[in-house]
Amino acid sequence: MSVYNQNRGGIIQIIIGTVFFLIVGQLVSLQVVSNKYKLAADNNAIFRKIIYPDRGIIYDRKKRALLENAISYDLVVIPNEAKGVDTAALCDILKMDQAEYSKRIVEAIIKNTRVKASIFEPFLTPEIYAQLTENLYRFPGFSLSERSIRNYPYNTAAHVLGYVAEVDVNFLKKHESEGYEMGDYAGMTGLEKNYETVLMGQRGVKRFLRDNKGKIQGAYEKGEFDTTAIAGKNLYTSVDVQVQQLAEKLLQNKIGSAVAINPKTGGVIAMAASPGYNPNLLTGSKRRKTIGRLLLDTARPLYNRAIKGQYPPGSTFKPLGALIALDEGLITPNYGYNCFGSYGACGDPRKCEHHNAGHAANLQLALAYSCNSYFLQVFRMAIDNPKYSSAKAGYVKWKEYMNAFGFGRKLGVDLPSENKANIPDTAQYNKDFGNPKYWNSCYMLTLGIGQDRMTATPLQLANSMAFIANEGYYYTPHFVDSIESETKEEAAQLAPFRTKQKITKIPKEYFDVIKEGMHDVTVFGTAAFIKVPGHEYCAKTGTAQNPHGKNHSLFVCFAPKDNPQIAVAVIVENAGYGSTWAGPIGGLLMEQYLNDTLTKESQLKADNLAQVDLMPEAIKNWYVRNNKSAYLTPIEYNNDELSDVWDMEMLAEGVVKTKTTDTNPPAPLPNTDKTNKDSLLPNADKKKKLNP
Amino acid sequence: MASNYDNNFSKGTDLAVIVLYLMMACIGILAIFMVEYNPNTNWATSFISGKTSYSKQFFFLIFCSFVGVFILLTDSKVFTALANILFASGLLLMLATFLIGKEINGSKSWIPIAGGFNLQPAELCKVFTALALAKFISRPETDFTKIRSHLIAGVMIALPAILAIGQHELGLALVYSAFIFAMYREGLPPMILIFLLSFSILIIATLLLEPTLLAIILSVIAGLLLLYLGKRFKRNKQGILIIVIIWMVSISTVRFVVPYIFNNVLECYQTTRIYSMVGKEYDCGLNKKAAASLVESGKKSRKPDDYNVKQSKIAIGSGGFWGRGFLKGTQTRGKYVPEQNTDFIFTSIGEAFGFVGTFTFLGLYLFFLFRLIRIAERQRSTFSRVYAYSVVGIFFFHIAVNISMTIGLFPVVGIPLPLISYGGSSLLTFTALVFILLRLDADRQMVLR
Repeated sequence: MSVYNQNRGGIIQIIIGTVFFLIVGQLVSLQVVSNKYKLAADNNAIFRKIIYPDRGIIYDRKKRALLENAISYDLVVIPNEAKGVDTAALCDILKMDQAEYSKRIVEAIIKNTRVKASIFEPFLTPEIYAQLTENLYRFPGFSLSERSIRNYPYNTAAHVLGYVAEVDVNFLKKHESEGYEMGDYAGMTGLEKNYETVLMGQRGVKRFLRDNKGKIQGAYEKGEFDTTAIAGKNLYTSVDVQVQQLAEKLLQNKIGSAVAINPKTGGVIAMAASPGYNPNLLTGSKRRKTIGRLLLDTARPLYNRAIKGQYPPGSTFKPLGALIALDEGLITPNYGYNCFGSYGACGDPRKCEHHNAGHAANLQLALAYSCNSYFLQVFRMAIDNPKYSSAKAGYVKWKEYMNAFGFGRKLGVDLPSENKANIPDTAQYNKDFGNPKYWNSCYMLTLGIGQDRMTATPLQLANSMAFIANEGYYYTPHFVDSIESETKEEAAQLAPFRTKQKITKIPKEYFDVIKEGMHDVTVFGTAAFIKVPGHEYCAKTGTAQNPHGKNHSLFVCFAPKDNPQIAVAVIVENAGYGSTWAGPIGGLLMEQYLNDTLTKESQLKADNLAQVDLMPEAIKNWYVRNNKSAYLTPIEYNNDELSDVWDMEMLAEGVVKTKTTDTNPPAPLPNTDKTNKDSLLPNADKKKKLNP
Repeated sequence: MASNYDNNFSKGTDLAVIVLYLMMACIGILAIFMVEYNPNTNWATSFISGKTSYSKQFFFLIFCSFVGVFILLTDSKVFTALANILFASGLLLMLATFLIGKEINGSKSWIPIAGGFNLQPAELCKVFTALALAKFISRPETDFTKIRSHLIAGVMIALPAILAIGQHELGLALVYSAFIFAMYREGLPPMILIFLLSFSILIIATLLLEPTLLAIILSVIAGLLLLYLGKRFKRNKQGILIIVIIWMVSISTVRFVVPYIFNNVLECYQTTRIYSMVGKEYDCGLNKKAAASLVESGKKSRKPDDYNVKQSKIAIGSGGFWGRGFLKGTQTRGKYVPEQNTDFIFTSIGEAFGFVGTFTFLGLYLFFLFRLIRIAERQRSTFSRVYAYSVVGIFFFHIAVNISMTIGLFPVVGIPLPLISYGGSSLLTFTALVFILLRLDADRQMVLR
């Protein structure tokens, strides 16, 4: 036979072997060398579903929930399975037409393909939810899906609590390593943001196997790699819900802010900024309708003035100015200044609101009557202190004191984006006045009465009261007293709030004098007509000039005088005298906190005060121009209904329920420097009428 | 014969091949089971119901076992006697499919038979061609050193191949090139093999390189050859002429023939697959056939997709070294690989059992092929040997092409993995191939003509 070709059998074997060798080579590169195919397969087939834990709840000091979680329902559709749907009935329930129905189905297909569930209608109202559950059998492919939303049973503290919202691209970039994904919700402002990691808990992950059409096949590896969700932790705050509500109510129809702190702990009892908004307006389906309007509103209802607003403290600074001079040994409590109604030591006389001789015969009296001349003099003494070589060195020392009191720097409250306001640097004055050799205490004279470039946030002002009330120290103002089952890290996060801030060494007797002076303010001084039933208290009024119009009305206080439990700062923008508007608000807040209730008389006063409209004319005009019906602020605490405000048309017609005595339009004053050099407003009768 | 068939049945039958055959078939059923497995249904009941592919394949195997036993019970002389008739009738059946054929997956190569089963004559024709080729070469009057014989054999192979192309079964047509092994063994000059090899290298180079660059490279090679061999061919003008002719043919192949075939002969998807194998994209706008159909439908040309190969590579690659485990392949469970039952069955093995599995699996195949070669070499009759090498060639071609295409070494052509892929016709063909060989091998002492 053809044996002569026998070696060719061997060659064929070699050929076959070579081809197999090539195949094995490729298999090695696919299966052994490269691991990208495994990743590709996982990306293909493993679907990670995030299980969201319930967010933590925030309680007030009496364990009342400031916010809770509520269940909201979305109507969800899987387009592929939505066959034989009674569309007419469904459209009827959802109040839409057939065209809208088809449009939404197409949108769902585009968004999530035919086989995956997409949201057809988010945040169902209870009525629609009820109707749908009854009729769901008529709508194959449709189902109701739960989701957790925030709910605010007291309709209050929107600025403090903040809101949660869907994360955006920027957020994801910032928090890359924290495992957020598109579609997640996270705290965007307020406590929700600051305590995001605590509140959000730990998300669980479930892995599913999905097929080439994206349809879920079942659990991956029987859930071996799944992690369970751990609920977020609750926060226990120092807020008193009633004081908070009262503060917001009193600030209605005004621009301003009120902050109340417990000086013993630094815990914030109430923090209100007006205009605000009802936090329930930013949850669920209401968010879409409200957020745009809130963002565009010229009165900036989303802006937390209590920590971001910068106000000249005006006369409320005077007790601190006195403390500096006392501690530096420049004056004694008996120091007096002979004021005849103006201060002329620096040329161009500065008016004081009092003429009667002896109203600044000693520190206590000067405080009670808020004598401008006295404190201008005291300030000059501090700057031109003979202990230091120059006015500049004296100023640096003075600024050091101010920083120690918590001004001109961030206090470190547990809310995001706190403003440090301004205690001017010498550099700023060098720039304005040239070489430090050329300027002296006269150049920034009005700093002595809390004007010039000095600004403070309402929180800083309240904190300064806590500092005086405690006679030399304060605790960093904060909301969160404790976290549920606190871990070490969380305790470390809260540690600064539990540390006494004692920077100065001012002796107690100086504080006693200041306290007595401030007490006199409430007895026969500028705030004599404001009483807190059952308690003696200390206070200081302020009427601050500002470049934006009428004077700001300020009031700082603490009570009770001998064992302070609450320190308050109130600011009402462009309202006039401190004692007229801010004062009564502060008084009512102290009363509510200390007595846990208001007397009938006070209640009436509060109701009236809440009605007073002190909105600047410019803002009112903006509302009229933009055809907005209201400032969204008013929240009817007494009614259960979240009624929407009174109509702006009424305002336009001037049929406002109450109106201030002052009717001349406050033209904006853009020139800052000029106002600073201007004298303070001429005096007006001290016994200001209190509007009913 | 009837009196001592008991003896005949077992005597001389190669048990190793039977064991390997059964092993492969069972692995096949298992692989199909992995593809079809659904954790939500009870596999036992769905197996008994007979509606799933793996249960069908199981029944095919039982049927094929009967066929195998039947073949072993026949007389070897039947095959030599019937070879030409079977070949002729096979060709007739293929022709008949053009008239009564049924279209499945775009190829009109199936004849419906009873019970919802379909027969693919082009598959069976491989067996008949093998027999007919063996018959032709083993004729005493055939001198396989002559070119005339080579041409006749070539035509015998080309006939069914051309018919298969007519049925849009490019893969099956290509399989017929596997007979080159048998022909080589019987005396086909190695020059032809070398020529074919260099030709395929040229084609691949055409795909990979710019035509101009390739032309320059070819010219440089030709020039160097002329310089080197110029002295030796000083008096032999023929040699120089051959080199120049080969150079011209190569250049024209690169510049004209290959583009012409790609753009005018092959379908757009076929060219796309060939290009995707070397990692390139093919613009279907260049394809005449595609252009014609595009004008008809008025659609824009589609981007080429190599989805199959991509998913197939992902599946095999994700198996890693040890594999994901039996029934744990996510690619398989998620049905990411199209045609995973049939042409891409290798992926389910690759994903579940990893490199260890595929290596062992290839080892089994290699052992099987070498065993067949050993059988081929021990035949006394040319008929048996040619037939045996035909079987080796067909098996090898199927295995090499099928696995190469799943791992991206070869363009996707629809040919099954022998004994593994789902499909009755395919299993029956390979069963017939193997068992006829076993029958012939049992009678290896006989001289068959």
